[in-house]
Amino acid sequence: MLYPTTSQTVGPYLHIGLSGLNCADLTTGRSDLGAPAIVIEGRVTDGQGNPVPDGMIEIWQADARGVYQHPDDPSYSATDAARSSFTGFGRVPTEPDGTFRFTTIKPGRVAGPGGTLQAPHLVVSLFMRGLLKHLSTRMYFPDEAQANEQDWILHRVPAARRATLVAQQSDSGVLRWNVALQGAGETVFFDI
Amino acid sequence: MSQLAQYRRPFWDTQPGYRFDPYGSTQLRSPNEPLIIVPQTLSEITGPAFGGAYVKQGDNDLTCIANADAIGERIIVSGRVLDENGRPVPDALIEIWQANAAGRYLHKRDQHDAPLDPNFSGEGRTVTDADGRYQFKTIKPGAYPWGNHYNGWRPQHIHFSLFGRAYATRLVTQMYFPGDPLLEFDPIFQCVPDVKARNRLIATLDWETTVPEYALGYRFDIVLRGRNATPME
Repeated sequence: MLYPTTSQTVGPYLHIGLSGLNCADLTTGRSDLGAPAIVIEGRVTDGQGNPVPDGMIEIWQADARGVYQHPDDPSYSATDAARSSFTGFGRVPTEPDGTFRFTTIKPGRVAGPGGTLQAPHLVVSLFMRGLLKHLSTRMYFPDEAQANEQDWILHRVPAARRATLVAQQSDSGVLRWNVALQGAGETVFFDI
Repeated sequence: MSQLAQYRRPFWDTQPGYRFDPYGSTQLRSPNEPLIIVPQTLSEITGPAFGGAYVKQGDNDLTCIANADAIGERIIVSGRVLDENGRPVPDALIEIWQANAAGRYLHKRDQHDAPLDPNFSGEGRTVTDADGRYQFKTIKPGAYPWGNHYNGWRPQHIHFSLFGRAYATRLVTQMYFPGDPLLEFDPIFQCVPDVKARNRLIATLDWETTVPEYALGYRFDIVLRGRNATPME
């Protein structure tokens, strides 16, 4: 057996190599999304509440039917592979004020452990100077209270901390989801 | 639903933790709470598949821009991407970035007083072939100072970012060079206690890919998480 290569930080100059794959709008050029576009905005802050201006966020999600564009999803079919559909991947750098913004769709529900259905969610990775290993978390949706209540993964999170994983609906219709790396209101991060 | 084959959790001392005081930037950016351990679901065992569509011919050659040569020692960096079970990982997207030969990044936040090279941008990408092989042609990066501690200098290194088959196999790492005297003083390189784990981040001189009269070769194999078992059909 081989040992996995040790993770190292992206450092402060990650944009040089990683900007080419930036994708803030997952709906661009797609007509068969099956759901309306939504906007997710947030801000990443450190243990003193300072914005993180030099980070990067990646999201991965299913399409509106709850199907991942990936051959290991049993619901994924050759038809999906043939048509150029929703990829489910987004990547943006954080702005100088620590903010980020994605335009996407709400994913459908996908299978979870033990024959359950997971609530709609995005899986999220954070990369930045000062993270020797990227952080993994999830974002859930505020209008899915019942599904969130039954979500297998959310149930592993102490109830008092679950809210850190659920976006908030703002008056403007934008979903707000902030990430606190450390301290008060610290976002839940997962060891997957 | 069929049982999902999980990706193995990395052997405990091969991966760094989050808070590591000698690397100052970890102090305010590391979670205080322990991570919550969860099984991998469909969301984690799938992941973006880029294949070759995103990579153009020549994206793995960093040594020239518009046929003008970059300054510095030309090198060839190659290797294989494997999983923990020793199987090649094909179609893995690799993105790299690095400083130029003088130790300067083409980045607005890099204020190091070393010259930029108009013929070197320091970014490259490629996709592994069916055997998990990849190759880059680049310039050996220079060492450079950083503000982490008094008289701190980063050893020469190249940043690597990889997507394997799944969200769970995502990896960002750095490749170092053999014999670099700065390695023993670098808190980023020293972030794991297992000396064998960190030494695997050091490329080896590779005569097989060295091109006589042209460029030295360095070999850097990368291992991503492997699956515990095959899925039930």
